[in-house]
Amino acid sequence: MDDTALGWWGVPLAVLAGAIRVSTPFLFVSLGECLTEKSGRINLGLEGTLVMGAMSGYAVSYATGNPWLGVLVAGLAGTVFGALHAAICSLDRVNDIAVGIALMLLGTGLAFFLGKPYIQPQAPQLPAIGFGWWSSSQQVRDALQVNALFLIGAVLAPVLLWGLRNTRWGMTLRIVGESAEAARAMGYAVNRTRMLATMAGGFLAGVGGSFLSLHYPGSWNERLSSGQGITAVALVIFARWDPVLCFWAALLFGGAGALGPALQSVGVTQGYYLFNAAPYALTLAIMIATSSARHRLAGAPAELSVTR
Amino acid sequence: MPSFLSSLAVPAAALAASLALFGLFVALVGVNPLDVYQLMYTGAFGSWFSWQNTLTRAAPLILTALCTALPAQLGLVIIGGEGALVLGGLAAAAVGLALEGASALIVLPAMGLTGMAAGALLIGAAGALRHGRGVNETIASLLLSYIAVAVLNHMVEGPLKDPASLNKPSTAPLADDYTIGTLPGMDVHWGLVVGVVCAVAAWVLMRRTTFGFAARMVGGNPRAARMAGLPVGRLLIVTTALAGAMAGLAGMVEVAAVHGRANASLIAGYGSTGILVAFLARQNPLAVIPVAILFGGIGASGGLLQRRLGLPDASVLVLQGIIFVTLLASEGLRGRLRLPRLAKQPQEA
Repeated sequence: MDDTALGWWGVPLAVLAGAIRVSTPFLFVSLGECLTEKSGRINLGLEGTLVMGAMSGYAVSYATGNPWLGVLVAGLAGTVFGALHAAICSLDRVNDIAVGIALMLLGTGLAFFLGKPYIQPQAPQLPAIGFGWWSSSQQVRDALQVNALFLIGAVLAPVLLWGLRNTRWGMTLRIVGESAEAARAMGYAVNRTRMLATMAGGFLAGVGGSFLSLHYPGSWNERLSSGQGITAVALVIFARWDPVLCFWAALLFGGAGALGPALQSVGVTQGYYLFNAAPYALTLAIMIATSSARHRLAGAPAELSVTR
Repeated sequence: MPSFLSSLAVPAAALAASLALFGLFVALVGVNPLDVYQLMYTGAFGSWFSWQNTLTRAAPLILTALCTALPAQLGLVIIGGEGALVLGGLAAAAVGLALEGASALIVLPAMGLTGMAAGALLIGAAGALRHGRGVNETIASLLLSYIAVAVLNHMVEGPLKDPASLNKPSTAPLADDYTIGTLPGMDVHWGLVVGVVCAVAAWVLMRRTTFGFAARMVGGNPRAARMAGLPVGRLLIVTTALAGAMAGLAGMVEVAAVHGRANASLIAGYGSTGILVAFLARQNPLAVIPVAILFGGIGASGGLLQRRLGLPDASVLVLQGIIFVTLLASEGLRGRLRLPRLAKQPQEA
């Protein structure tokens, strides 16, 4: 064994590194979805928003040479999708889950259509900050390359929690999510609040998507996202609509997603494809464990159809 | 029959508006919309050849649409049809390979039943989780669908891999006797008949039997249904299992009639298109048939758009997305356009 190989110790290290790398899209989508769900609506379309963000971020980074501009445009694309979701949902007799499914389809379709020319070229990537300078092992240093977006997300989570609890904005959002009737009686504009919450959610999901194409895996193709968006939506339920819990849950999911590649790197190739299903199986297991047929979930916004 | 007319008018108007929006979209990327419409018609319904292509694609779409339309009678939104199709196809192929040598009269029904059972287990699980644990069935069915796709990848890369399939990992090919043939006088396989029969049976079940009446009662008001003593849980689980069986059967048909083996070609988007078909058909099992043919046609014309106009293969997805969004918006706008003031009042109050 030479000193760069960690052998089996590489597995937990790779899972930790993977948790940080893989979790970032989960983190951003779940923070965005958390805001949207707090307003009493669920947006399943974030899966499509994520793919759209990945494509537009990559395209802009390629065209301008500035990956941060890509992140911004990805967020704006997400905002547009959020606005579309909110606008359709504000009509009568429209089910937010159905609109989400429709936008999932539209977002994926548009991203594949417009992203066709960007499958080959290599776009400038987002920078990463090395936290492994203390170690002499290349593997440890590689593992601790932490992307700036992850750090932004990690800061954003407690800020959002604070904002939801202590600002006027947060209060309005929570009232709208708890009871649209009461909010209306108190003079709050329910539809406008939900529109803004869904647009903000779309922005964050778009940013999460740009991470996929601009850092890890770090290229644009049509197999880039398969269900991270929908997993993140379920993750919000698991995290009980608490942004900081979303952060920890995203890390857990990132770790689960990194298990397959980590085992593969030490030569365990058996069941590689099954390990790819680990985040979905974990999500499902968590949903089963934390749901109840009899009573509503603690912390659930009362207007949310998905937990009713 | 004003309600019948309006139930036809809204989707028709949404379709027309979507085609206009899609035309605008392709115009923005520099393609003449009229060429697109013309080619779509040619590719879908313009000749006997394209009709056959359209009908071949409509067969699995009818079945995957039923996977969404059946649970919709109970008020459930199931979107896991793709996974049920994939798992059904995989199970059918496994049985066909295991029973190699036996008579096709035994093997084909066995493949069909296993495919249905596999799909029923997958989607039935979403129904059972909904009933037993209150897990949201939309998210659960989609997650199960992703897991099913991973299982397919695992099986065709591992235990069931045909060593000869190098660049496209597949199971070994099925024996020629175990393939579903074509209808007399055309190039469309018997899967179309299977789909139509299932759709009619689903309609009879939901509209003409006590089971269907009870199911629709649960969809209308679950609490009232429970008060009336209906076995809500059993209805939920049986209906979702039936729904999954439909999509599983679609997988078996695809394997036995089109691919001859199970591989990633099964993941062709019939599941997601099926959801749209069900919504556009307003979850009516009979209406699913013509709508599935329409979308089979849109799918069939995709290749022509790609070859003649250089549009990406995702054009079909974009059009489907536009149709879905427009349909939902037009449902919401229906009352509002006629009586704008009345519709607004409760919001401002």
